[in-house]
Amino acid sequence: MTGASVGSAPQTGARAATGRVRRHYSLLTGTDKLVLALMVGIPLVFDLALIWGPTVGSFLISFTNWNGIGSPFDAKVIGTKNYESLFTAYPFFWPALSHNIIWLAWLMFVATPLGILFAVLLDRVARGSRIYQTIFYLPVVLSLAVIGIIWSLQYAPEQGLINNILGRTANDNLIDWLGNPTLNIWAALVAASWRHVGYIMVIYLAGLKAFDPTLREAAKVDGANERQTFFRVVFPVMMPINVVIVVITTIEALRAFDIAYIINHGKNGLELLSTLITNNGISESNRLGFASSIAVVLLVISLVPIVAFLSRMMREERR
Amino acid sequence: MTAATQTGGIAAPRKRRRNVPGIALYAFLTFMAIVWLVPLAWAVYTALRPFADTQQRGYISLPGSLTLDNFLTAWSQGEFALHFASTLIVTVPAVIVTLLVASMIAFAVSRFSWRFNLVVLLIFVAGNLLPPQVLIVPLFKIYTAIKGVPEPLSDNGLLYDQFFGVFLINVVFQVGFCVLVLSNYMKTLSHELTEAALVDGASVLRIWGAVIMPLCRPALAALATLEFTFIYNDFFWALLLIKTGDRRPITSALNNLQGQFFTNTNLLAAGALLAAVPTILVFMALQRYFISGLSLGATKG
Repeated sequence: MTGASVGSAPQTGARAATGRVRRHYSLLTGTDKLVLALMVGIPLVFDLALIWGPTVGSFLISFTNWNGIGSPFDAKVIGTKNYESLFTAYPFFWPALSHNIIWLAWLMFVATPLGILFAVLLDRVARGSRIYQTIFYLPVVLSLAVIGIIWSLQYAPEQGLINNILGRTANDNLIDWLGNPTLNIWAALVAASWRHVGYIMVIYLAGLKAFDPTLREAAKVDGANERQTFFRVVFPVMMPINVVIVVITTIEALRAFDIAYIINHGKNGLELLSTLITNNGISESNRLGFASSIAVVLLVISLVPIVAFLSRMMREERR
Repeated sequence: MTAATQTGGIAAPRKRRRNVPGIALYAFLTFMAIVWLVPLAWAVYTALRPFADTQQRGYISLPGSLTLDNFLTAWSQGEFALHFASTLIVTVPAVIVTLLVASMIAFAVSRFSWRFNLVVLLIFVAGNLLPPQVLIVPLFKIYTAIKGVPEPLSDNGLLYDQFFGVFLINVVFQVGFCVLVLSNYMKTLSHELTEAALVDGASVLRIWGAVIMPLCRPALAALATLEFTFIYNDFFWALLLIKTGDRRPITSALNNLQGQFFTNTNLLAAGALLAAVPTILVFMALQRYFISGLSLGATKG
């Protein structure tokens, strides 16, 4: 909240200041320049070595049959064979991809709107808003591993809360929420949403608090009802936050790993691109070239929200 | 005058109309709040009941007795002291180093005009947005291939299976987010500050430490709170980059715990809740920092 208001106010001064900034630079001594270069340079080396290097590495390895033994440079280059077998022969690729898409669609069209709804409602509540916020936000501070376990307790076939409430604990009618390969993804999504909704709520609420109330008043004077005011005035003005929320939601969906891994290591209906990568490349087999081709697919999809976010950043930077 | 009477005239009927929706609003929010609390309440309830009690009466039942025994058993059988120590060794230095490094980068790119300012910023921020799985396979190989990491940092010469390795990747990954937040924050500070200090002959290191860092205290506090939970809650890096089960920080150790306590749900509930206690405490004590930290990241940049 404080950040939003502090952050947006002196934006206009930035361009005027550029000239002065240039002069700063000339005030710097050689030592100063060296210190600044090291401040950026050392972390940059680590960032390139441990994040961007391996990312490019995944791309290069995906064209080889490297099995992890010896140097990757000695591995045989096999062109796009990994991709061909990924798309045509590997039985888990298309299910995993569709699970990621389901994950994304659910977060985007169910959990995120619910978070926005909570934010809009809490923005209107005069008293007790803080208590509700605390409750909805609480799951966000829990790790996804803890969330996976807490929800396993709810979903347990005989001992879990849900089946006991539904009266489906007998042998002939019990629902195996996490064991049934068509059900478990939805069960996992409910657990993931428990956290995601609160996350989105907090971010959106911060935006709403910074929203200029005179705009809303003006809409009211013009005879708009609550719904019209939100969709025609508030929502469009909140566009920058909406973009951030779409980006966050997409990235969360692509990163999904922990809950699926805690439930069943991402198998039997819970395959995701992320779990296929670790299962093929690290945990169970040594098909590093093949695992890398899955990583590249995930990378290419991830670049969509990342580029969207960065281009927005660049636009703001230029302003 | 007219404005006052006008708003008064509008407000009065609105208040009357709002009454019924007001009640519906609170009813809806209260219902949802209860739904939100049920999973946690169920976990707490399960954890407080002895296994024998639930076996005898069923899980949906009034308790025969409530004790903290499951927490004590989970603590000792799950070797929580060991895993909490690992968490502490990784998390505390990682948060401190992440903030120091990120504040230096943010300082350099936001207070001075360089040719590659934006590119540098984008490299760090984009790195933080990548799914970690995209780079895990080569990273894993790097961690097992680099030899000769010196003694206090590594006892096998590798980055693999070491606290230092997990610390390092957490720092490198999290720096991007902190750079984004801090550079946005620093841009709002007056440029005259840096200029005046430079004219007075202060070195950049001094300007960073004595002028800019103190002014960034609110942002640093918010980020420290957020980063503590981010790194504490990390499951992925430690799961794959630490092999020795005993060394894993508590969050990734939950994976083993689940197998170990598989037959005793009550014990598993207690273990999961124990692992959640530190983040819940931090959240309760520092809630406003969480919220301002997340808003700082989202509302600018």
